[in-house]
Amino acid sequence: MQIFAFYLFASVVLASGAMCIFSRNPVHSVLWLILAFFNAAGLMVLVGAEFIAALLVIVYVGAVAVLFLFVVMMLDIDFAELRAGFMKHLPLGLLLALVLVVEIIFGVGAWQSSGMGQATAAVGIPEGAPSNIEQLGALLYTKYVFLFEAAGMILLVAMVGAIVLTHRTRSGVRKQNVANQVARRPEDATRNTQPEVGKGVEL
Amino acid sequence: MTEFLQSTFLGAELGWFVGTLALILLIALPLMLAVAMIIYVDRKIWAAMALRKGPNVVGPFGLLQSFADGLKVFLQETIIPSSANKGLFLLAPIITFTVALLAWAVIPFGEDMVLANINIGLLYILAISSLGVYGVVIAGWASNSKYPFFSAMRAAAQMISYEVSIGFILISVVLFAGTFNLSEIVLSQEGHIFGMVNAYGLNPLLFPMAVVFLIASMAETARHPFDLTEAESELVAGYQTEYSSMSFALFWLGEYANILLMCALNVILFWGGWLPPLDVDWIPWFDIPGIIWLFGKMFFFFFIFSWVMATVPRYRYDQLMRLGWKIFLPLSLLWVVLVSGYVMIDKFGLPL
Repeated sequence: MQIFAFYLFASVVLASGAMCIFSRNPVHSVLWLILAFFNAAGLMVLVGAEFIAALLVIVYVGAVAVLFLFVVMMLDIDFAELRAGFMKHLPLGLLLALVLVVEIIFGVGAWQSSGMGQATAAVGIPEGAPSNIEQLGALLYTKYVFLFEAAGMILLVAMVGAIVLTHRTRSGVRKQNVANQVARRPEDATRNTQPEVGKGVEL
Repeated sequence: MTEFLQSTFLGAELGWFVGTLALILLIALPLMLAVAMIIYVDRKIWAAMALRKGPNVVGPFGLLQSFADGLKVFLQETIIPSSANKGLFLLAPIITFTVALLAWAVIPFGEDMVLANINIGLLYILAISSLGVYGVVIAGWASNSKYPFFSAMRAAAQMISYEVSIGFILISVVLFAGTFNLSEIVLSQEGHIFGMVNAYGLNPLLFPMAVVFLIASMAETARHPFDLTEAESELVAGYQTEYSSMSFALFWLGEYANILLMCALNVILFWGGWLPPLDVDWIPWFDIPGIIWLFGKMFFFFFIFSWVMATVPRYRYDQLMRLGWKIFLPLSLLWVVLVSGYVMIDKFGLPL
């Protein structure tokens, strides 16, 4: 059952990754990418990292990819130009892919030769162990607390930077101030007058 | 039931499969029935507030109106616009409907009455509800038509904005309960305030969050007064404009299943789930099955949804964004800090 699920998720991840590159419509590309994310989350569940799987779906599928989709849908894309670019950047892309493949091979090789693989595979997750979330929390907020806070600071700086870069104050715009509107009373806004016959009202 | 089937001739693997399948049907089919009836209830409440009679022709009191509507859309022709993106156009309502059903897997209907009692139940719900936006966005884009497209843009922005504050609200509840498991969250509400009330919502610290969550759940389901995605005066029918027949009906079913889900979440997170309101024994209400309490409370919240729909005018788009980003987000962030501070002091005492 697990083997079947693994091959199902893994093949869908690979297939949708390939389709993401090869599909001609960028919106289709993003949708294939989302399918790849979702099945990667399925793989995470299989190895027992359900917290990471949930985060993958919430953060990547639920927020990042929606924004991707949002932007790609709004853009007016010239498909012919895109395809010309594909051939131009192919060597660079292949080089990057090669580097990544070599990195994975070295990583897996080191992992296997050091004996870490056998140790974790043999033990598995014991019954009644503290849940994923507790274990992650216990590590993140004690041993890696400074790295964690540094990551948070970097994200905060990036967010502030993005806002500073894109924010512009426009002059001559009348903004709605809800507090002012709510605080406005009839006495401040209207007045009763009884003008005499033949005379107007001064504003 | 799963254990029983596993002990019969079916064996462990097949018994588990058949049992789980039966349990899924046991949730999904009554849910569809509930959706049909809740649409009728919605129309009746709406009619009553407008001093009309509402559906009263099909069946006694018009009870069978939704089924008549269902039969009607079933017999209609599925029209696919010639310029639409065919595959995605048909996929979109299926995504909406499936996602709306998926979340019910972790909803506890009573003690031990839950299909998947997983540790990360609340995260699962958050993940699934964040998927809901795809049905709408894909529908709007694949229709290849102006109004559905505007509607999809609005829906994407709206759901992302409110998901953030909903996440923070859920975190404040999780901090209080100390678990992500929905059943345990309900159980931790038992006898909450001086051993009296079975609800987080009446805790003065969490009451504002309960109110914010109710409003945010209306925004998250694109329900009145935040139904800008299908604002009929501006966008015809929003992302559903090009849909007809069963594909339209799937959107409808998914939408109402989502609304029921949000009612259930309100009840489970803040109002004690399947527990009676007060934790006192001299009223014999612990004898009433928990599922009736849960459904009763859900119905109450659905009534509030309907009430709001009948009485509150629609928000403007900038007002919606202002409410989400400038009011709910800072407020819920502040409350996460407050609640975690309270929990720390409660558990470890003042740091002196």
